[in-house]
Amino acid sequence: MKLVTPDFGLVIWMTLTFLTVLFLLSKFAWKPILKMISEREKTIEDALLSAEKAKLEMARMTASNEALLREAQAERDAMLKLARETKDQIIHEARTRATVEGERLISIAREAINNEKLAAVTELKNQVAQLSLQVAEKLVKHELSSDEKQKALANTLISELKLN
Amino acid sequence: MAQSFEKTFFHTLLSAFFAFVFLMAFQSVQANEDTHQHANSVVADSGMQHQHSASVGEASMAAVEAHAETAHAGDAHKAFDPGKMITEHIGDAHDWHLWGHTHIPLPVILYTSNGFEVFSSNSFRDHAGHGMVDYTGKYNTYRLEDEKVLVVTNGIVDEAATSSLLDVSITKNTLTLFIVSILMLIVFTSVARAYKKRPGQAPKGLQSFIEPLIIFVRDDIAKPNIGKKYEKFMPYLLTVFFFIFISNLLGLVPILPGGANLTGNIAITLTLAVLTFIITTINGNKHYWGHIFAMPGVPAWVLIILTPIEILGMFLRPFVLMIRLFANISAGHIIALAFFSLIFIFGNGGESVGAGVGVGVASWLFTVFMMFLELLVSFLQAFVFALLSAVYFGSAVEEGHHEEHAEHAH
Repeated sequence: MKLVTPDFGLVIWMTLTFLTVLFLLSKFAWKPILKMISEREKTIEDALLSAEKAKLEMARMTASNEALLREAQAERDAMLKLARETKDQIIHEARTRATVEGERLISIAREAINNEKLAAVTELKNQVAQLSLQVAEKLVKHELSSDEKQKALANTLISELKLN
Repeated sequence: MAQSFEKTFFHTLLSAFFAFVFLMAFQSVQANEDTHQHANSVVADSGMQHQHSASVGEASMAAVEAHAETAHAGDAHKAFDPGKMITEHIGDAHDWHLWGHTHIPLPVILYTSNGFEVFSSNSFRDHAGHGMVDYTGKYNTYRLEDEKVLVVTNGIVDEAATSSLLDVSITKNTLTLFIVSILMLIVFTSVARAYKKRPGQAPKGLQSFIEPLIIFVRDDIAKPNIGKKYEKFMPYLLTVFFFIFISNLLGLVPILPGGANLTGNIAITLTLAVLTFIITTINGNKHYWGHIFAMPGVPAWVLIILTPIEILGMFLRPFVLMIRLFANISAGHIIALAFFSLIFIFGNGGESVGAGVGVGVASWLFTVFMMFLELLVSFLQAFVFALLSAVYFGSAVEEGHHEEHAEHAH
């Protein structure tokens, strides 16, 4: 029974001591500690939030960078394509024109060759005719150079002539 | 939360059961022993019956009432009485027993109808320090019987003068109370200094041990149970939590400055429970009182029954708070002491040393196990007391917008 009978003296001491401790600790320990803890928590939370924000910002920037890059790439591709097309076209045009020009030159050349050939042949013919005349002249001159020869020839010719 | 209540309740029951079983066992062993008791341990002086238990070196007083209680009335020839030893150890004392006949004297402070009377508790001991004597102070002659100071007139206890006497001595528990308080002041002001010195930085040293506990009290006890207004109650909850926790741990230390059964003392738990009750009552809002005196949504004829129950419940809550802490901590102490008592019972006052040593090993193992359990209980009881206080504060400051929820809770 003694165990469950509160001792009044101890109750008084307990009340006094506990209230003093409660007062002193509230003032000098709990208030500053709790304040510091919540301040630190707030700081950490803020830091985390701003880190999250920075991360988002970073992601946004990366995304925009990528878009920019993609755009540039697309532009470059378009330009390249255009350039290639232009080049092809120019080459094609040049080739066409060259072909036409070549053909034209070839036909001119061929004509010229033909003309030259013709001229040469004509010239050759004239020369051959002249030479033939000269040969004939020389031959005639030689055959008729003496009287005997003239008589011989006249004989030959008369012999050949068969008066039938 | 419900589970921890269940555990606590179960633990209390279990502890009480074991304590009961062991005490009964000792009593029956003792009864057998008594038949062939040897008078090897009696010291009598100044006309009073005093006994001296040589086996444990326990100098104790054999009050007539104590004899009646222990079912050994009239028999002062006892080698070892575990029931008495345990009761003395878990109770308060006017001096601090260290070992054998060595005591630290503590001041006895008495408030009599004539004024204060202060003297050393050594005044109650004879020169050898073995027996007890009456002490004549300024106003009266006093006698210490069963740790209670009585007024004696002409060798007879003066009941009227005794009842008007107020004993505010610095007892073993009072000193422990001071030690705990000073310890708390030193620890927590130094922790607070550490916070001021290194603001916004990670905790270090003692600070990093205390901080999780403070955050635990705030986030797991105060915030969920009180709600938005928790900050107001934080100093009380923290002080109560750490006071009970440190006192419990100190109670597990067998030597000075530990060893006192502070939180297992009903005066201490009573004061704490009354403080919780007072704080709950002065913070009670309209909603709180409304639920006690006129539960909303209940027919008038039911209120005739319900209101007295609610009013009773208001007082029952701190009462349960008081009993729970007291019983849990006392039970732990009783079990530890009971295991040690077994050594001396089986040792049979030095006659069967082998049995004493054998049982001693088993007792030691059991006590080590109990110590670990008590470490858990130390924390658990501090937690439960703070938690229930928070729940009561929460019910006092709760706003009326959770009408349905509140009704479920009741």
